[in-house]
Amino acid sequence: MPRRLLRDRIIVADDWLYASELAAAPATGNGARDGRPPGVILAFDQWIAERDAWLSREVSVGVVLQPEHKVETLAQDLARLSLVACSFPGPSEGRGYSQGRLLRERYDFQGELRATGYVRIDQLFFLARCGFNSFELPDHDLAAGAAAAAAAFSTFTAAYQPANDRGLPQKLQHP
Amino acid sequence: MYTYDIADKLLVRERVAQFRDQTRRFLAGELSDDEFRHLRLRNGLYLQRHAPMLRVAIPYGVLSSQQLRTLGSIARRYDRGYGHFTTRQNIQYNWPKLEEVPDILADLAEVEMHAIQTSGNCIRNTTSDHLAGITPDELDDPRPWCELIRQWSTFHPEFAYLPRKFKIAVTGAPQDRAASLVHDVGVHIVRGRDGELGFEILAGGGLGRTPIIGQVVRDFLPREHLLSYLEAVLRVYNLEGRRDNLTKARIKILVRALGIEEFKRRVEAEWEQLRDRGLRIGPQEIERMRGFFAPPPYRHLPDIDAGAGQPAGDQPRADAANTEFRAWYRYNTVAHRVPGYRAVYISLKKPGVAPGDATDSQMELVADLAERYSFGEIRVTHTQNLLLADVEQGDAFALWQALKPAGLATPNIGTLTDMICCPGLDFCSLANAGSIEVAKIINERFEDFDYLYDLGEIDLKMSGCMNACGHHHVGNIGILGVDKGGEEWYQITIGGAAGADASLGTVIGPSVAKAAVPETLARLLEVYVQLREPEERFLDTVRRLGVKPFKERVYAAPAAA
Repeated sequence: MPRRLLRDRIIVADDWLYASELAAAPATGNGARDGRPPGVILAFDQWIAERDAWLSREVSVGVVLQPEHKVETLAQDLARLSLVACSFPGPSEGRGYSQGRLLRERYDFQGELRATGYVRIDQLFFLARCGFNSFELPDHDLAAGAAAAAAAFSTFTAAYQPANDRGLPQKLQHP
Repeated sequence: MYTYDIADKLLVRERVAQFRDQTRRFLAGELSDDEFRHLRLRNGLYLQRHAPMLRVAIPYGVLSSQQLRTLGSIARRYDRGYGHFTTRQNIQYNWPKLEEVPDILADLAEVEMHAIQTSGNCIRNTTSDHLAGITPDELDDPRPWCELIRQWSTFHPEFAYLPRKFKIAVTGAPQDRAASLVHDVGVHIVRGRDGELGFEILAGGGLGRTPIIGQVVRDFLPREHLLSYLEAVLRVYNLEGRRDNLTKARIKILVRALGIEEFKRRVEAEWEQLRDRGLRIGPQEIERMRGFFAPPPYRHLPDIDAGAGQPAGDQPRADAANTEFRAWYRYNTVAHRVPGYRAVYISLKKPGVAPGDATDSQMELVADLAERYSFGEIRVTHTQNLLLADVEQGDAFALWQALKPAGLATPNIGTLTDMICCPGLDFCSLANAGSIEVAKIINERFEDFDYLYDLGEIDLKMSGCMNACGHHHVGNIGILGVDKGGEEWYQITIGGAAGADASLGTVIGPSVAKAAVPETLARLLEVYVQLREPEERFLDTVRRLGVKPFKERVYAAPAAA
C-alpha cells in the first residue's frame, strides 16, 4: 500500500517520493499524483550538489533537513521549494521544533512543512504549534484515524506563549 | 500567591485527560515501554527501584494551606503516608501505583497543581528565594517573574525535547538562597545605571558530573524582555547543545565549549530577531502579575524580642525562660521586613528521619498552623525545609508548642545537621550509596546541640551518586557516595558554597568507608575549632587555610579508641 500521512489534518496518500524511492515508485505506488509527476524530496547533501539540475526540471522539489542542518542554508531557496521535511531520528530529538519555527516565522516558508522519522500522535500538538502541517505517522497511529489525530491537535485549548498558531487562543496577553 | 484563572484550570485538566489516555494506552499495550517513557518523563513519573516515583511541581516553592493538605492526603491515599521535599522545592512520592497516577493528577488539578515538566529533558520548575517578598535585603520580589516564566515555559512547543533538562532559578536579593549560580540559567533582579529594575542573566551553571559555576551572559536586561531573552537562550541551546552524549548535553557544556563570549554573541544575535515579537511583557501585565503577590494584610505591630524576653512592663512569660524555645527562636526564625513579624522555618531534619521527608499528618498540621499564624501560605526551601513566612513574633511561642510534639521543631536550621540529602539507594535506581543511612549515623554522632551551635553555620550536602541531586559540590562539607567493587564509599569535599559567593568544594583525599564518615567529619570540625578566628565560619576558615590542615588530620593515624 502506498505511504499515507496526515496532512492539513486529513489522512492522504503521499504524493511525494524520496529521491531514494524513485526507481521503485511504480511498484510501491508511492507518489501517485493524478497524472502529474510526483514531487521529489532530496536529502540535504543531494540538494546542495544537484540544486540547479533539479530546479530546471518540471517537478516539485522538497528537501529533508537533518537536525544538524542549519535552516539559514536554505533561506535563499525557500521560495523554490514546495516542501521542507525536518527529520526526527529518535524520540528525544528536538531540534526540528526550532527548525520548524524558524522556517515559518523567520523565513516565512509557505510550503508543506513535514515531520519525518520518530513522529507520534502525542507530538502533534507541539509540532503543529511549531508550524508543521504534515506528519509521517506510523501505521498504528494512522489506524486510529483522522478523528484521533484531530483530537491530538486540540489536546490543549489555549497556550501560554506565542508560537506558530492559527486559531489557538493565547492566554498570555502583552498589551 | 498566584491563583488560576479559567484557562489555567482548563489546561491542567486537559493535561490530566491527556496523561490518563497515555497511561491507558500503555497499560493496554498500545504504547511500548520506550514510547511511554518519553511521555511519562514529561510528567514527573519515573520507574524506580521499588515503584514509580512521582514528582509534583511546587512552583517556586509556594503552597497554600489547601494545597499542602492535598499533598498530605495524596501521601495517605496513594502512597505510604509521607512525601519527600526536594532541593528544587518540589515534592516526590516514592510509592504510587502507575495506574493511580492519573487520579493523583486529578486531585492535584483540583487545587491548581500538577506534575508538568517535573522530569524529562525540558524546562523544569522555576525555583526562587524562599524569603521572597519578606526579606529585608530584597531589591524586588522575584515571584511575579517566576510565575511569568512558569507560564511561558509550560508546554512550550519548541522546548519540550531539549538536549537535557533545564533549570532556572530567580532571585531578587543580594544573598542567593536559590543556588542560582549552579542552575542552567540564573536570573538576578538588579538595578541598572539609572536606577531602574532589570535582570542580570547567567547561564551555564550546574552540578552533576561536571560542576560549573554560571557565568554572566548579560549584565542588564530591561524587564519587559525577560521572556524573549530566555527564548533566545533556549533556542541556541536547543539547536547547538550536544545530543550525542547525555553526560555532555547540559547547557554548561555548550557554554564552556563555545566560551562565554561566543555563547553570548549567539544569544544576542538570536534575541535581536526575537525581542520585538510577541514575548514583550507590557507594564500592565507586570502589574497584574505583581498584584498576585501583594503583601498580606499585616498588622501594625512593634518589634519584640520574643526569643529573649518581653517588652518592659509585661508580665513575665514562661516562654522567655524556656531555653529550648530560645534556641529554636534563634536558629529557626529569621528577620522579616515588616516590624513585629518573623519568618519561621519548620525543620524537616529531625535526627532519624530522612532529610526533607514529611508525613501526611505533619503536612496537615503545618497547613492548619499556616492558616492560624501565617495567612494560609507555606513555602518549601531549597534546603528541604518548610517555612511560614509571616508569623507575628508574639505567636512564636504558641507555634513552637504546636510544632514540637509533631517533631517539626528541631532547632538546627543552618547547622551541620540541617543537611541536604538525596533519597539515595533506598529509593533511587541511580544511587551508589544509602545517603539517608549516612545522614542517620551523622546525626547520631552530632547530637549535642551546644556543639552544633558552637560550630555555627555549616552547609552539609550529600549525594548518593555523581548526578549530585544532594548538591555535594557546593556544600561547605560535601559527601558523595561512590561505588568501589560493590561497596559503598564516600568522597568528602570541603569549601563549597551555593550562595552569591558560590564555589566548588575540593576533594580532601581518598574516599572513606561508610562507618568512618562521622569520624572524618569530627576531625574536619576539630581542625576548624582549633584554627578558626573569632566569628569565622567554617567556610571562611577553609578558604583562608586551604585543604591541607584538614586533610592532614583526617588521614593521620587512627585516633586511639
